[in-house]
Amino acid sequence: MARNRRRTSEEKAPGAAPAGAAAGKGSGTAATAETATDAPLLEVCGVVRHFGMLAANDDVWLSLKAGEIHALLGENGAGKSTLVKIIYGVLRPDAGRLLLHGKPFHPASPAQARAAGIGMVFQHFSLFEPLTVAENIALALDDAHEMDALKQRILQVSEEYGLPLDPDAMVADLSVGERQRVEIVRCLLADPRIIILDEPTSVLTPQEAQALFATLKKLAAEGRGILYITHRLEEVREICDRATIMRHGRVVEEITPSEHSARQIARLMVGADVHAVEAPPPADLGVPALHVRDLTLPADGPFGTALFEVSLDVRIGEVVAIAGVAGNGQRALFAALSGERLAQNRGAVFIMGHDVSRLGINARRQAGAAFVPEERMGHAAVAEMTLAENLLLTRHAVDDGLVRHRFIDHDRVRATAQRVIDEYDVRNAAPGRMASALSGGNLQKFIMGRELDRRPKVLVVNQPTWGVDAGAAALIRQALIDLARHGAGVLVISQDLDEIFEVADRIAVISRGELSAARPASELTREDIGLMMAGAHEQRNGGDSRRTQA
Amino acid sequence: MNGLEAFLLTVIAAATPLLLAATGELVVERAGVLNLGVEGMMATGAVVAFAVALMSGSPLLGVLAGALAGMVVVLPFVFLTQVLAASQVASGLALALFGLGLSGLIGEGFVGQPGVRLEKLHIPGLSDIPFIGPVIFGHDVLVYLSFFMTALVAWLLFRTRVGLLLRAVGTNHDAAHALGHPVRRIRTLAILFGGLMAGLAGAYLSVSYTPQWVEDMTAGRGWIALALVVFATWRPLRVLAGAYLFGTVWILGLHAQASGYGLPPQLLSALPYLATIIALVIIARNRTLTLANTPAMIGRPFMPER
Repeated sequence: MARNRRRTSEEKAPGAAPAGAAAGKGSGTAATAETATDAPLLEVCGVVRHFGMLAANDDVWLSLKAGEIHALLGENGAGKSTLVKIIYGVLRPDAGRLLLHGKPFHPASPAQARAAGIGMVFQHFSLFEPLTVAENIALALDDAHEMDALKQRILQVSEEYGLPLDPDAMVADLSVGERQRVEIVRCLLADPRIIILDEPTSVLTPQEAQALFATLKKLAAEGRGILYITHRLEEVREICDRATIMRHGRVVEEITPSEHSARQIARLMVGADVHAVEAPPPADLGVPALHVRDLTLPADGPFGTALFEVSLDVRIGEVVAIAGVAGNGQRALFAALSGERLAQNRGAVFIMGHDVSRLGINARRQAGAAFVPEERMGHAAVAEMTLAENLLLTRHAVDDGLVRHRFIDHDRVRATAQRVIDEYDVRNAAPGRMASALSGGNLQKFIMGRELDRRPKVLVVNQPTWGVDAGAAALIRQALIDLARHGAGVLVISQDLDEIFEVADRIAVISRGELSAARPASELTREDIGLMMAGAHEQRNGGDSRRTQA
Repeated sequence: MNGLEAFLLTVIAAATPLLLAATGELVVERAGVLNLGVEGMMATGAVVAFAVALMSGSPLLGVLAGALAGMVVVLPFVFLTQVLAASQVASGLALALFGLGLSGLIGEGFVGQPGVRLEKLHIPGLSDIPFIGPVIFGHDVLVYLSFFMTALVAWLLFRTRVGLLLRAVGTNHDAAHALGHPVRRIRTLAILFGGLMAGLAGAYLSVSYTPQWVEDMTAGRGWIALALVVFATWRPLRVLAGAYLFGTVWILGLHAQASGYGLPPQLLSALPYLATIIALVIIARNRTLTLANTPAMIGRPFMPER
């Protein structure tokens, strides 16, 4: 299938060039596309880059052809980001070289890389929130532009590639999908030959992702080369012509994605089989462990989201997931459930039948709940404290005998931390090690283990596997299901639909602070959820989907 | 010269140094740097301006020297915060103390000497109009410069690419760096501009306001300028309004004291601070607008990875 697609894209490319030239995009397109068949646009030859003792890139080879969408795959820490930063001139390699159109290329800065025709769409949005769309774009263009002319060009490009944008809107007011469009339009205005996208779909609804794929195919058909970083293997199989797989800073394999299953690709990335998550059907559901009724909470800042009449039940034995695009009130909902923000009146939040609406975090823990927030470092754990101390931070107020007569029983704290480390396979860890010494995935396993070890009756977790390897993610998801089946209510807030379908018995969707009714996962498709993410269930705005769709 | 005219002239004299220093600090903070050393830079500017004016006989040369001194004395702060990425709060406090001490040392021999006053401009015709002449057309060049610089900064910040870069660096230095903008160079230039403006503010005190040198003659004006920037939510025209409000209430307080209504003098000297804070808090009530103007990176050191 990919072969077919590639042939069509090569056939299309010369045909697309005159159209491109007619639109005033320069005459280089046709020449590049015709010679594109074999001469690569960009070659990476034996690039090495160390950070201290760590070899982030160790003899990396890669070639990107014109007209192809080339996936760069690998687990966290495999070296993908380092490689693209080298290509984009943010970092310099210790050894090895880059060839651009067959000639040596050593970008000393992103400006040089841009001048050479390389564009980049960053993983973490590199946008300036208080500035307007046009101002953000002007910052990425090296020639100082007349603002009005720039706005015209923005409108022109956004129309040409189906990426609608208002140049005068302030970025802080935009949805995540719109912010991504800003990034892409910003990149396209420089008319790059090579476009690098770092995990572009991790924050998009399925519909937004599909629209992005259409744009990418159009760009590739124009003879541009696209280097595409993602964790989503189904996506790779759908749109990528080739894939380079990295592991521990090295390239392990170059494949044609359509010839492999997602599972085979995952095995290449991890280097071992990935544990398959098993979710036995829930037995008879028990009483509501977590009960939320008409929870309304004002926004806590100019860029925060207000909650509006949120109602939800999580019963003993089940996993309920809340899907939604980032920034739609997940953070506020988590804060309201965990007690970081109190409800405005009684009768809004119940844990195991106790009204905890006006009670703080420890009281909610004592009622049987445990909470795992989104940010590992700084919220769930203190970087400069040991694992044992971090364990004490969420458990000092709840039984366990860790604190007796107001004195800490250090032996017991250490023993408990050791038990968590052993049971949840936290690598490279010891009770006396600093939290900052652990990798993200291992720290997340420890944080999850710390709460699971208490056997809570209610677990609320925000983004349980965000930025965690496939292997560790599977373990964490399994642990969530196991906890529920052994007599707890589990609420998972996540943006990852694969994760949600893997763990959830019922699914609700949050958009702009309103939560839909939770429906059984078996009745829902990804498309249903995508529509709900766009706000189809909202009472205040009705089906208005202004923010998501063109 | 009637009472109102005299009153307005004293208000302008009280507000000008605040406006100069606060406009400079606004640019520094918009670039994401918190320089708490305004008081020290002002004091150094004041003493150097006084000394050069006295020795050369040219107050204008003194003003230039004061501005230059403000830029020179801030150089250690630039080195500490931009090259070594040291704490801006600690470095700024050190600069405040260092500048005060240095000014005392330089000024030791000048205490009590009669200074040279910067002449008021005389525009034939205009300056002779009663009331309007002295109030609007009868000031020295620094008063006009303070207005001009405020307008210039407002225009640069919001209408030019330079201003866009400055705001971008103060909003998100990592993103600015990833786009290839020279974060530390932009910040260094902003800090130097802040030094220049604080030096001018000091020079105004020692060659125009009261042409003499006494130790600590800045009398906390640097700190007021810092507070003005924050309460003015980093907007130049609000800094202008704040500086003049402060000056007005201050002079009113002096008059009230002199009139002998028996109000406690402590209350009267606290009044300008209270009035300014209350007024600017009311302006800054709109939290959305405030946060949109707040440089998010303020006080955060930046070290590019290489």
